[in-house]
Amino acid sequence: MWEYSDKVQEYFFNPKNAGTLEDASGVGEVGAIACGDALKLMIKVDPESERITDARFQTFGCGSAIASSSALTEIIIGKTLDEALKITNQDIADFLGGLPPEKMHCSVMGYEALRAAVANYRGEVWEDDHEEGALLCKCFGIDEGMIERAVRNNGLTSMEQVAHFTKATGSCGTCVEGVEAVLEKTNAEMVAEGLLDPAQAFVMGAVPVAPGRQQRKSPVAPPAPASSRMTTVQKIRVIEEVLEELRPALRNDGGDCELVDVEDNRVMVRMTGACVNCQLAAVTVQGIQGRLAERLGMPVRVIPVPAGK
Amino acid sequence: MKAVYLDNNATTRVDPAAVAAMLPFFTEQFGNASSMHAFGSEVGGAVLKGRRQLQALLGAQFDHEIVFTGGGTESDNTAILSALETQGARNEIVTSAVEHPAVLALCAWLEKSRGIKVHYIGVDARGRLDVEAYRKALSPRTAIASIMWANNETGTIFPVEMLAELAHEAGALFHTDAVQAVGKIPMNLKETAIDMLSLSGHKLHAPKGIGALYVRRGVRLRPLIRGGHQERGRRAGTENAPGIVALGVAAELAQQHINDENTRVRAMRDRLEQGLLQRIGNSFVAGDVENRLPNTANVAFEYIEGEAILLLMNKAGIAASSGSACTSGSLEPSHVLRAMKVPYTAAHGAIRFSFSRENTDEDVDHVLEVMPGIIARLREMSPFWDGKNAGQSGFAPTYA
Repeated sequence: MWEYSDKVQEYFFNPKNAGTLEDASGVGEVGAIACGDALKLMIKVDPESERITDARFQTFGCGSAIASSSALTEIIIGKTLDEALKITNQDIADFLGGLPPEKMHCSVMGYEALRAAVANYRGEVWEDDHEEGALLCKCFGIDEGMIERAVRNNGLTSMEQVAHFTKATGSCGTCVEGVEAVLEKTNAEMVAEGLLDPAQAFVMGAVPVAPGRQQRKSPVAPPAPASSRMTTVQKIRVIEEVLEELRPALRNDGGDCELVDVEDNRVMVRMTGACVNCQLAAVTVQGIQGRLAERLGMPVRVIPVPAGK
Repeated sequence: MKAVYLDNNATTRVDPAAVAAMLPFFTEQFGNASSMHAFGSEVGGAVLKGRRQLQALLGAQFDHEIVFTGGGTESDNTAILSALETQGARNEIVTSAVEHPAVLALCAWLEKSRGIKVHYIGVDARGRLDVEAYRKALSPRTAIASIMWANNETGTIFPVEMLAELAHEAGALFHTDAVQAVGKIPMNLKETAIDMLSLSGHKLHAPKGIGALYVRRGVRLRPLIRGGHQERGRRAGTENAPGIVALGVAAELAQQHINDENTRVRAMRDRLEQGLLQRIGNSFVAGDVENRLPNTANVAFEYIEGEAILLLMNKAGIAASSGSACTSGSLEPSHVLRAMKVPYTAAHGAIRFSFSRENTDEDVDHVLEVMPGIIARLREMSPFWDGKNAGQSGFAPTYA
């Protein structure tokens, strides 16, 4: 049995806004009966203010699909179209007090239905990019298509990189073999298409030619010109800003992160709360490092220091 | 609220008599059956008694044809892996597309890791095995044919006695996963050509963690688990004496109740099924209604999804199960219903009700009372249900 939050149960057993909407101004239909879930979202929009005045849903699907659909209507009623489009699937999941990892796609369905309904209202064509590949990493709800896309778009050639870009394999690790197979297959396709040097391609069980290759291009390289003009105080300000942006996501998982010190391009942080002893802390640190490097315009190394130091 | 348990193909309540019988083997009679002292010998006697009780239920010729294991999955693995070792150059497997994962996942692994050729025999819309395809798949290369006695999702019974004879004609061994059939339909193995049979205790009111593999005398067996002389060297590891004692008692009880199972239990199942079909439109029974386990009903409700149905049923105190994708976290609905070509409009909404001798007529009344409301409520919410399709089923098995 799934561990459904009280809110999911509440919205499943007593869904709000279920049914059809007479004279809807926009209708979005996503999913298919073959996939096991489908959602038809109907919205009524005030043309003057572009505000969603009413919304109804019809859902074919499991408990969390129905709860997510109902939650979506509750979230968007009263919002302008532009405000509503800022909502992500995570907002829907958060509204429901979280969803089991295997059920995150239910919130994605809500996110897509909203886009489809708004596109329909605006007379645009909406493209369904709903992935139907097999769910590989159950801990994070990553399917084959997502891994393929990440591998292609970013030229990934190692399992380590895949974990950093998609989180897949980052928790329990039981999907390692499945993810390896996708990486191997995608790399082979890229080689065939001339997009990847065969020597770089990932081969299951083979020793990497140059372990770690590109991604370890010494994070402690000389500072880039842009950042060399930054004073330490300016750097700290940017770092604090970035950490502030990341904080909600960390807190969401029960953790937090604070800046301890900055020395040249070394950023010392203290991971607290659930981040302590979290087996994914390394992934989180990598994520912070990437974001900082991007905003500071220079390579940085984020070093977690033990609590209390 | 009264709880109605109709998920006995998933697991059963251990019969209180089986519990009472096994308890002393945790406390006073804790000995190791292999030991050369009184503590051991009295346990050894109890293990033999359990073996004989199970032998009687199966109609096996000899008590030593019973090898106790940790359960149905272990028995299936032992049988198939053993055949690949003892059958010389024969290295192909013939099985069905609707087997339990204990067989299917093993076969998939053998294909991938050892390059073993596996023939998956299909079924028709009623779930009946394509016997002609089975016959054609058997060859001098077949090491073993493994076909379940009864399907866990639909209850459909396969003609295993005949299938075993066909396998022998091709010189292959025949194994059957009878986990759902044992205790529900009468068996007399000594009269059949079946070489190996798997069963699991917890499906017949014995505890989890105990099962058995029947191995006909003369059939060579390579153990899956090595390390000791127990079970005549065919399954190493100290005997699970409490489990064996309980399984023996459960087997005896099953034999006593087998008539009840095929009369009273069958009647309850039929009343539930007919009642549901009468009260709820766009629904049908999946499986071979003429040749089924007496306790299983698989009813598919169109245009709604199984997990949502189960959650509402659970709220009404009814426990059943579904082959829907959402309950397992996969994207595909039940491989059994897909093999029967049940359309997606119904495959996601199939509910399995499985009875045991512990169910009552009141249970059936309760389910018949609440199910129509649950189905109507979910259909009202479904984008595929608009009233126009009411009465026009997308799937009409010939018997419906």
